[in-house]
Amino acid sequence: MTILKSTLAGAMVLTMSLPAFAAEDTIKVGVLHSLSGTMAISETTLKDTMLMLIDEQNAKGGVLGKQLEAVVVDPASDWPLFAEKARELLTVQDVDVMFGCWTSVSRKSVLPVIEELNGLLFYPVQYEGEESSKNVFYTGAAPNQQAIPATDYFLDELGVEKFALLGTDYVYPRTTNNILESYLKSKGIAEEDIFVNYTPFGHSDWSKIVADVVALGADGKKVGVISTINGDANIGFYKELAAAGISADDIPVVAFSVGEEELSGLDTTNLVGHLAAWNYFQSAESDLNDEFVAAWKAKMGDERVTNDPMEAHYIGFNMWVNAVEAAGTTDVDAVSTAMIGQEYPNLTGGTAVMLPNHHLAKPVLIGEIQADGQFDIISQTAEVPGDAWTDFLPESAVLKSDWKDLGCGMYNTETKSCVQLKSNY
Amino acid sequence: MKNSFLMRNPSVLIFLGLLALFTLAVTLMSEATGAGLISTSFVKTLGKTLCLCLIAIAMDLVWGYTGILSLGHFAFFGLGGYMIGMWLMYERTRQIVEASLANAEIPPTPQEVSDAIGTQIFGVVGGSDFPAIWAFADSLTIQLILVVAVPGLLALIFGWLAFRSRVTGVYLSILTQAMTLALALYLFQNDSGLRGNNGLSGLQNLPGADGIPQSVVSIWFFWASALALALGYLLAAFVVSGKFGSVIRGIRDDEARVRFLGYSVEGYKLFIFVITAMISGIAGALYYPQAGIINPAEIAPIASIYLAVWVAIGGRGRLYGAVIGAALVSLVSTWFTGGQVPDLPLGFTTIKWVDWWQVLLGLSFVLVTLFAPKGIGGLFDLLDGIRSPKRHGAPLGPDAGALREREAQE
Amino acid sequence: MRPFLTLFGAAILLALSLPVQAGPVQDILQEHGAIIEKSSRKTIEPAIDALANSGLPQAQQVLEDWQAKDMWLRKEDGLFFKGEVLPSKAIRLSDFDTGEVVGEADKTALKQLKPNSGIRALIATALVQFQLSDPDPARRAEALIAITRAPDASTLAPLRGSIEGEVDPGLKARKLRLERLLTISFDPDEAARIGAIESFAGDLGVDVRAALNPILTTKRRVFAGDPPGDLNIARMLKPGSDALPEAEAYDLIVAAKLGPPRLTPDDLRAAMLANIENGAVGGVPVAELSTDAARIRAYAALANAGAVPAAVTDAQAAEAVKAHRFADIYDEPSKPVTDAASATLSAVETKVALNQALDLGLDALSLASIYFLAAIGLAITFGVMGVINMAHGEFIMMGAYTGYVVQQLIPNYTLSIIVAIPMAFAVTFGAGVAMERLVIRWLYSRPLETLLATFGISIALQQIAKNIFGTQARPLTSPGWLDGAWVLNDVVSISYIRIAIFVLALIFLGFFLFLMKKTRLGLETRAVTQNPRMAASMGINPDRVNMLTFGLGSGIAGIAGVAIGLYAKVTSELGADYIVQSFMTVVVGGVGNIWGTLLGATMIGSLQKGIEWLNPSNTLAAQTYMIIFIIIFIQFRPRGIIALKGRAAGD
Repeated sequence: MTILKSTLAGAMVLTMSLPAFAAEDTIKVGVLHSLSGTMAISETTLKDTMLMLIDEQNAKGGVLGKQLEAVVVDPASDWPLFAEKARELLTVQDVDVMFGCWTSVSRKSVLPVIEELNGLLFYPVQYEGEESSKNVFYTGAAPNQQAIPATDYFLDELGVEKFALLGTDYVYPRTTNNILESYLKSKGIAEEDIFVNYTPFGHSDWSKIVADVVALGADGKKVGVISTINGDANIGFYKELAAAGISADDIPVVAFSVGEEELSGLDTTNLVGHLAAWNYFQSAESDLNDEFVAAWKAKMGDERVTNDPMEAHYIGFNMWVNAVEAAGTTDVDAVSTAMIGQEYPNLTGGTAVMLPNHHLAKPVLIGEIQADGQFDIISQTAEVPGDAWTDFLPESAVLKSDWKDLGCGMYNTETKSCVQLKSNY
Repeated sequence: MKNSFLMRNPSVLIFLGLLALFTLAVTLMSEATGAGLISTSFVKTLGKTLCLCLIAIAMDLVWGYTGILSLGHFAFFGLGGYMIGMWLMYERTRQIVEASLANAEIPPTPQEVSDAIGTQIFGVVGGSDFPAIWAFADSLTIQLILVVAVPGLLALIFGWLAFRSRVTGVYLSILTQAMTLALALYLFQNDSGLRGNNGLSGLQNLPGADGIPQSVVSIWFFWASALALALGYLLAAFVVSGKFGSVIRGIRDDEARVRFLGYSVEGYKLFIFVITAMISGIAGALYYPQAGIINPAEIAPIASIYLAVWVAIGGRGRLYGAVIGAALVSLVSTWFTGGQVPDLPLGFTTIKWVDWWQVLLGLSFVLVTLFAPKGIGGLFDLLDGIRSPKRHGAPLGPDAGALREREAQE
Repeated sequence: MRPFLTLFGAAILLALSLPVQAGPVQDILQEHGAIIEKSSRKTIEPAIDALANSGLPQAQQVLEDWQAKDMWLRKEDGLFFKGEVLPSKAIRLSDFDTGEVVGEADKTALKQLKPNSGIRALIATALVQFQLSDPDPARRAEALIAITRAPDASTLAPLRGSIEGEVDPGLKARKLRLERLLTISFDPDEAARIGAIESFAGDLGVDVRAALNPILTTKRRVFAGDPPGDLNIARMLKPGSDALPEAEAYDLIVAAKLGPPRLTPDDLRAAMLANIENGAVGGVPVAELSTDAARIRAYAALANAGAVPAAVTDAQAAEAVKAHRFADIYDEPSKPVTDAASATLSAVETKVALNQALDLGLDALSLASIYFLAAIGLAITFGVMGVINMAHGEFIMMGAYTGYVVQQLIPNYTLSIIVAIPMAFAVTFGAGVAMERLVIRWLYSRPLETLLATFGISIALQQIAKNIFGTQARPLTSPGWLDGAWVLNDVVSISYIRIAIFVLALIFLGFFLFLMKKTRLGLETRAVTQNPRMAASMGINPDRVNMLTFGLGSGIAGIAGVAIGLYAKVTSELGADYIVQSFMTVVVGGVGNIWGTLLGATMIGSLQKGIEWLNPSNTLAAQTYMIIFIIIFIQFRPRGIIALKGRAAGD
């Protein structure tokens, strides 16, 4: 057995280092996205995006005169495996930077490892905030870049007075709904006008919940649904919504986890007019976006669509390239310092800026679902700076993240002290 | 007594010897001793594999020897992990919070400390109050007791109910699966108080051991896992060797006959069920600090089915078979899903192992069940020169266990 | 107009940059150009009002174009046009005043105005006055929908005016109903309102309750003495009762500034921080302030010294509560109106509750039929043959994917479903027979190992499906005639697709009963199940019977897959979601009896809905408690609801 295991270990080391022989002096970029298991549906696309971006950069001559080399691993939607693979990437493969993770729990699993080994991770997905790590750059939306503007849109533009917060039971919907509840209360919405429901992953029997939402209209207030329902479950939800004949003009639904990819799994003719809030839609009108979409379709096929986390990787990767060029090295600390203040054009027009709290300033877009599965952008804000600690929960309102001047991701402005240097996982 | 027990079971000595050699070899090659031949992440993988071997032994006891196909032992494994995880998380957070509050102008009240810890732990999932189940999280001793007590108690209640009403065979399997599913769904809820889908994370950072590098910590856990495996193996070998072992094998082969002989079948089954649940809890408590995070997905019914498959592939009814099965399948699985196995070009298409590994694994279950019911352990019989009598497919009894074959030979 | 026409000719050549003669519509649009371009519901109203009240004949058309996102802004000169996207992607512009085409332009030179649905609703309301008497009934219906969505006092008069001339009886009835609803909310005459309210007695409509409930909104207020008589009091509240706990009562007093606030831990801490002197607060050393008791002591000392206001004691708070009166006050000043509204509402409430129970019952029935459909194949293979088929869920999945593939080949949804159902049966029947021949028949004597082998097949099939179809969910769209729902009233409704599944489940129940009780195969199956050797000696070929029975069970799973795919989703994990529930259904119901399976499905379905009803905010909990209930249930009836007796029960 000992022999077997050491052979295995040897084989692993051998196969893993095979590509390294081909190109001696390269900069290694780790890609940590699930290629199998439940999250493969979303994350495989991001792996392909990264490979495309790296190829493009290499065609331009690489970084610091060296070629980039992608090291792809498969954490298989298994959260502990994320930590293991991250450690492998950092210690065995010696990657200079990692792009990866989708779910919050996978990020929380990776955090202790990259903080211990001083790695660098770019996280491309909208998330619940309440975190800022020295070693992570958050290129997805924080709640104030997606949830709050969308809620404002409901309040101001649609005149919604009663809210149904429907979510899948995990951390992102829980925290987002918590923030929204306290935000809505601050806007004068009474507690009994906020209906919250959590469903399991992949839930399919939505009849009762949809009936509950319709029944909310009984006291004469306009009802709106804010959906943090994740993945497959959306299909059953929208089908039930369409069957119940609820039009977007009666009860609008704004979703934070439904993008172009998710809509390709269903017939959207009955869903026209329902909303989604993101920092990017494929239908955004800009030359950069046309180029990006064309490159993606050329690589992956004509029926493939682009989505928000892909843009996040696009911005994150290009900022990293510029930061490395600026720092003249791939050393994590130097690159981190150079990252802050980096600017790069968004695909939606305008410029994204990396803030000292490791979040981006990005515009918020609200789109209406169209019959062809694309979104019609009906509202676009100016760049909103991402806020790591939300202002709408009492515990985190006093916290602040600033890696540039304060050198702390969890700084208590009341006691004027750094609560902890490592992040809260 | 011990001598004679070991003399009668030479395989135990061989196994312990090999395990000791293996432990020593890994330690010498690890980064902790400076050799660096094996990376820390691989030491962790090996340590976790040892824990999986331990739960496989428990599974073998309960299925291979007693004939109860439990599809719920990973629930006990997970519970063990949660129990130790609560302390690890609480204690780590407490140290951070106390260090931070020490800077405040006036000393904090106990309530303020507890609130701050609660905010740190539950803030992620939108809460700050400590649920009742965290009552003992501040005490390592109590949580360590709970590592065995909670799985043991759950197994006792569930087993007592199930065995009392004589739920057997396939029904029991489905019922244990339902139990696992219920537990996993319960833990998935935020209201369960164990941070829902996020679970408990950062478990690899031992409180108060900030200065010690993970390469050393991983070796500690590796040793602890090896020790637990050795003790578990000894205990299991002892349990199955004597008269007790004969009775449980009798229950496996024909429960009614054993009952008519005057044995309390329910008592024996319950004992085995509870003791294996406790072993599983210990295995889990050692596994998750190495994995770093525990969450409800770990308890999903499929994990327990995999456990049964490991034991089936390794060879039921022999302890080393379970160990071989668990180690082999989980390591090969890691290797194949790692994305490092070269693709296999077939001309018309390319086999990507990440995509096809599951198919291969699934089909191998089928092949093992159909053609090698003894599993890999059966190879050792070939070495010993023990062969199945040619019975032209006629089964020896309702459940053709490996050891029974040997008994038929003697 | 002549010079314009010549210009028009040139426009086609130049396509751009033409001075257009401004007409009255363009003038209005230009006047409000900034807010139209900003496109926010909060500021847009002047623009809509100006257009709607302009009295121009084009106003209706302009508003409708705007609403349909057909209004474009030419960036160069800031003029507004109606735009039409041509196949060449260029935009054909036409003037709003004249309706004439002014030219074509490239998309980059223009900006499309996209009013959001809030603005569209405002436009719809403004359009009501034009549309209510429109000759086109569809337009009139649209106007009614606009009023329903956004009831507004301004629409009451035009609505009343249009009732007289309405020719369509259906629309007339809707107009009359709407008129009464608007009367409740907006009519200044009290008697008319009460009349309208009373006319809705016993009406279940959500719109009625939506009109009545706002009348009954209350505010909780505190009074130093008795509340003034001119207030419309809903109820007086007694502090300390469930409706108003003492603490809340005092909070009201504080909020009304009738008393000082209580000391919160945060205030206490802040007071400590603000008053540190020489390392002590109020004589208590800072180091000792780590308990609440010490802090309160320090605070008392501070209060004595006059540094902080004295904290309110519990006794003082109780006294203040006793000295005040609390009441819920209606926002609506007229008592007769609120009385009528609350009488009408409470009369309808029981009816609503009953109907909600009925709706829940329908949901439960629907869920039960889905479980039944998923489990019926299993009831055959597991219940009758005693074979554990963990790959049963994957057969369901195969059926769903078959439906998807058929739909790719046959674009007509109705036809494709008609083809897909037998196809799914054929595919899964074949798969089932193959599995039985290759694997299961070697394991009849080893049921636990069947479980493992079929589990292996299950994960292999799941992964193969992922490799072929990808992990993304695939669309399986139901035909148009299954869209929508059967609406009994505003409370009770059920989607047609669920009714179809229910009917399908009934058909299979009948089919199964017929097969088992009336056919040769059924007889042989029952014989082989009871005693294979005896059956064989009677000339039955047990191999063949087993093969066919297993194939049949698998085939039904395939059809269930099409049905489930229609109402939920098609993914490779579809089967895995149902497998545990299906086993439970069979086990709870009692193995070997189709009625048992039916009862099992009904029980699990209604149980789950019942628990969901008790705990509406957490569907996950419902599933957990249901499984725990089943585990306990099995303790008491280990052989299920309907247990086989005698030798057939076996062991």
